[in-house]
Amino acid sequence: MNNLFVYIELEDGIIANVSFELLTKGRALADELGCKLEAVVIGSGLDGIENQLYPYGVDVVHIADDHRLAPYTTLPHTAIICKLFEAEKPQIALMGATPIGRDLGPRVSSALYSGLTADCTSLIIGEHEDKKEGKKYDQLLYQIRPAFGGNIIATIINPECRPQMATVREGVMKSEIRSKTYKGKVKKIDVPSMVSDTDFVVSIIERHIEQRKVNLSAAPVIVAGGYGVGSKDNFNLLFELAEVLGGEVAASRAAVDAGYIDHDRQVGQTGVTVRPKLYIACGISGQIQHRAGMEDSAQIIAINTDEHAPINAIADYVIHGDVMDVIPKMIKYYKANSK
Amino acid sequence: MKTYKIIVLAKQVPDTRNVGKDAMKADGTVNRAALPAIFNPEDLNALEQALRIKDEYPGSSITLLTMGPGRAADIIREGMFRGADDGILLTDRAFAGSDTLATSYALSRAIAKYGEFDLIVCGRQAIDGDTAQVGPQVAEKLKLPQVTYVEQVLEMHPQSIVIKRRLDNGVEVVKAPLPSLITVTSSAPECRARNAKMIMKFKHAKTVTERQDQNEDYLSLYNDRPYLNIQEMTAADVEVDPKQLGLSGSPTKVKKIDNVVLQASDAKRIEATDADINLLMKELIDSHTIG
Repeated sequence: MNNLFVYIELEDGIIANVSFELLTKGRALADELGCKLEAVVIGSGLDGIENQLYPYGVDVVHIADDHRLAPYTTLPHTAIICKLFEAEKPQIALMGATPIGRDLGPRVSSALYSGLTADCTSLIIGEHEDKKEGKKYDQLLYQIRPAFGGNIIATIINPECRPQMATVREGVMKSEIRSKTYKGKVKKIDVPSMVSDTDFVVSIIERHIEQRKVNLSAAPVIVAGGYGVGSKDNFNLLFELAEVLGGEVAASRAAVDAGYIDHDRQVGQTGVTVRPKLYIACGISGQIQHRAGMEDSAQIIAINTDEHAPINAIADYVIHGDVMDVIPKMIKYYKANSK
Repeated sequence: MKTYKIIVLAKQVPDTRNVGKDAMKADGTVNRAALPAIFNPEDLNALEQALRIKDEYPGSSITLLTMGPGRAADIIREGMFRGADDGILLTDRAFAGSDTLATSYALSRAIAKYGEFDLIVCGRQAIDGDTAQVGPQVAEKLKLPQVTYVEQVLEMHPQSIVIKRRLDNGVEVVKAPLPSLITVTSSAPECRARNAKMIMKFKHAKTVTERQDQNEDYLSLYNDRPYLNIQEMTAADVEVDPKQLGLSGSPTKVKKIDNVVLQASDAKRIEATDADINLLMKELIDSHTIG
């Protein structure tokens, strides 16, 4: 009872990376809390899936296996999670901040009247004192996220309601195996007793799942542009530099909102989180929401005309100048020196 | 022909996308007054989907529902200028400090009070929080099916709706029964511009509170033209459990807020000269960072 639960997300039977990342974080938090780590898998054809989860330090794998449960739809997954949580009373529940987690999480929190914090960038255990009520709380989950356009960082807690729920984006937490020989146990969920026919009123007529066109998280070098790049055309220069360096082009939200580049290249709290060997930030001011998605890069170069841009504070190199002037020089001198 | 009653949920938000230098005070806190209040962008995408249904099924109606302070009536007028028929402002000091769950509770009570409808359309998320929670939380409170990440309403039928969803890794076409709640994402078509005729028609639309500031002879206007009355609902009007409102009704609490203060770094400063950039590229190649 009162353990830490992670919702395992599946796409065509394959476990999403974000679920492994949450299990890794969940295992560390469970160790600190002295509780068990439990995973919930809801889908179809799940034989043996527990063996992929145990190495992350999972003690119990709850499996709901029914042909009607894949692909994901809101109501049956909500019904199963809610009934399971009512019975098991987890203290913490984590989900990916993906289209599935962001569809399921709020629905569950609304049904169970438990607080949910979206898109956390950090989760830690801490205490809290409510002086007005004269109450002390040990071992609460601090759910930390940037807010208000990234100008502030908020620490959110749920003192009274359980589970304490949070969603985290893919790539924000690291994924790490606890032990190849770690063994937990399976608990089968009796699906017919958990869902009713009315949970299947929304039907999927058609699905086209495409591989992501760009894979930012695997790129060793990222050339990222912000609003300061100035136009869609100017982004071509960034593509040129990325190609020369064997990297990918990314962007800040401001550049995406301005229509300079596609949303699937957005880095930051509401985009992708990346940790390349080299991150070249071109005309990016560096609001914290953007920094949250790239500050763990091994090396950061900031190219900016604004000497006081926040990005400069986390950069290893600051090039004071115009992007359109600096990039051609970088291409030229990379070519000259790499031969 | 079948007509549809549509409720659009919208929020007035500070324009956090354009946080200029004057939006931060010297002590690092946010100067909210310096940020313009706007119609949340994805709620405009939502309104457009509703307007397209109304285009196709004339006689359908769109009611815009928002919760917020008195000035949030601005976005109801904004919605009317673009084609919404009427609006409801849910406003009460008791709602102050609500988190997403307390907000969705209040909204769901207002919708229950409103009466019958076929469809609720809202933006996927608001730019001041990016949580994407209120839509699904309202749907759960009303026991309605939900479809999130909607890019386009493809078909309306008397008892059902067919919708295209845009996900991170593809698209999905789903069929849901009516009534349902859908949340519309930013990849959906942009909202049409204001309509000059609608601006003429609705420019004097006001809430009761706003009308109190007007002089006497103007007030007859609102008796002659009832569509200029923007309905106001308070906590008492929607019969809520006060314990589920505002701060006390919010399971999540803000423990602390840290203003973002950056330390000056020890970054290497480089001028945009040929010589400096040549040295930089050499250094990066030598350290095997690139190449």
